[in-house]
Amino acid sequence: MRGNFFMIGEQYPVFFGNHFIPLMAMRKTIFRIDSNGPVGKDIFRLRISTDEPFTARGGQFVDIALDGFYLRRPISVCDCGSEGLTLLYKRVGAGTEKLAGMREGERLDALTGLGRGFSSESCRESALLVGGGLGAAPLHLLCRELLALGRKVSVALGFNSAEDIVLVREFEALGVTPLLATLDGSAGTRGFVTDAISLARPQYDFFYTCGPLNMMRAVCSMLEGGGEASLEERMGCGAGFCCGCTVRTASGAKRVCKDGPVFRKEEILW
Amino acid sequence: MVKNLSVDLCGVSLPNPVIPASGCFGFGAELADSLDLNVLGGICLKGGTEQARFGNPTPRIAECREGMLNSVGLENPGIDAIVAEKVPQLRRVYHNAVIANISGFSVEEYRRSCAKADSCAGIDIIEVNISCPNVHNGGMAFGTDAASAAAVTKAVKEVCRKPVFVKLSPNVTDIVKIARACEDAGADGLTLINTLLGMRIDIRSRRPVLAAGMGGLSGAAVFPVAVRMVHQVSRACRIPVMGCGGVSCAEDVLEMMMAGASAVQVGAENLRNPFVCPEIIAALPALMERLGIEDIREIVGCAR
Repeated sequence: MRGNFFMIGEQYPVFFGNHFIPLMAMRKTIFRIDSNGPVGKDIFRLRISTDEPFTARGGQFVDIALDGFYLRRPISVCDCGSEGLTLLYKRVGAGTEKLAGMREGERLDALTGLGRGFSSESCRESALLVGGGLGAAPLHLLCRELLALGRKVSVALGFNSAEDIVLVREFEALGVTPLLATLDGSAGTRGFVTDAISLARPQYDFFYTCGPLNMMRAVCSMLEGGGEASLEERMGCGAGFCCGCTVRTASGAKRVCKDGPVFRKEEILW
Repeated sequence: MVKNLSVDLCGVSLPNPVIPASGCFGFGAELADSLDLNVLGGICLKGGTEQARFGNPTPRIAECREGMLNSVGLENPGIDAIVAEKVPQLRRVYHNAVIANISGFSVEEYRRSCAKADSCAGIDIIEVNISCPNVHNGGMAFGTDAASAAAVTKAVKEVCRKPVFVKLSPNVTDIVKIARACEDAGADGLTLINTLLGMRIDIRSRRPVLAAGMGGLSGAAVFPVAVRMVHQVSRACRIPVMGCGGVSCAEDVLEMMMAGASAVQVGAENLRNPFVCPEIIAALPALMERLGIEDIREIVGCAR
């Protein structure tokens, strides 16, 4: 199957349905909101759709325009399919408060085709996906990609408390039961997601992680072998031309929005 | 309804007056996959310096009502890489005017970098940035003092055959004084305005939002300031002005030109909507029709 990859420039291809297709270039899309509601404490699920053909790979994001706010809000893609896009977001400030108030049927202006996602092709046989909090969201789409590639997938998720847990049912629907850890011990292993991994010792040849920086640092230092982590940074354009989110890496200055947000663990200067 | 949108900047002809501003459109090629660059009247490249620069730590971006602040700090690969790689890369896909934006930390550095830009075949106009608020002892230090502004202008003009536009800072008490000093020192044109120095504070962390503390304010919020300064300067000087600052729609382009701008740069709005320049250009003919304008050049400086 690898021989069928259709490569454009530096970008990876996307798995969609039964075909690999090239990543879309950045473009502006007007979506329809199909649903938007709470799924946990201050966590909302937004389902949007468009009549245009649309793809995203795990780790890519969309950049949403909100009335009354000057800059767009980047949100990673949790799921993508013929029914549309699913995004998970946390209500943390005035912008996400505004988004949480939007209703079914409203239009949503989003830039799509943003970011370099996880490289599902880096995994040979079995993958370990490690998420913290809402960092589970992009791993869900990645999980689908990996399963479609015929890889075995283990998922470990860490949350503060049972009431913060999201996406477990969605992973189970893909046939993967996540290892769980909560800091207060209200569900799964008490402690960090790394504690749950140490106990269960899942097999993997490549790992992928997304979550708070401290968690990803611990994951990348504990786990052996190759891996990737998805960074977060305050962004300007979201598309690689304003240099608002440039960080130092082992391979030089990189724009989180365009060269990332996913980086190989060796590249990240913690 | 055939409207003439073409303008002329010191002998460089542009098919229309709309130019993405420096720092808000990368080196152009970044956008080539997403939009037809050749509809743009010109492209102003991200600011370059003699040496490559990483810029400031993040966060470099803050938001405010109707605008944003940035403290990117002149991240760029250095003038040699711009001339050898970035400009040729853009020229493979783009045929209209290319404006190089050059910053420096001394008069000599400005002179050396601008000489390199001048001898690069793909560059049509040199924009000397004496107004970047985000680096110490550089940029704005030259743009807030008439004698320093004149010294940079004179040094650059000695080594450039191409038109030299000097980009001015609004962070001054008398913009006309600085503008006249640049004109007297030989500037072929002026660009105004750069960003206004500003700050945001996060009331939860009690710290400035930007890692650098202060940053340059841009976006719709600064548009009236830019219109005022373009109006003042274009009436006081004989050289052409590129208007820049908070332009976000076709109406703003015409307003800026009525204030006295011969061409108009679009900055922060590109970050909200990377397609705004093509959208503005597409909207201009119908707007001109409604306002009874046949040739866009006829309105330059008409607001008296």
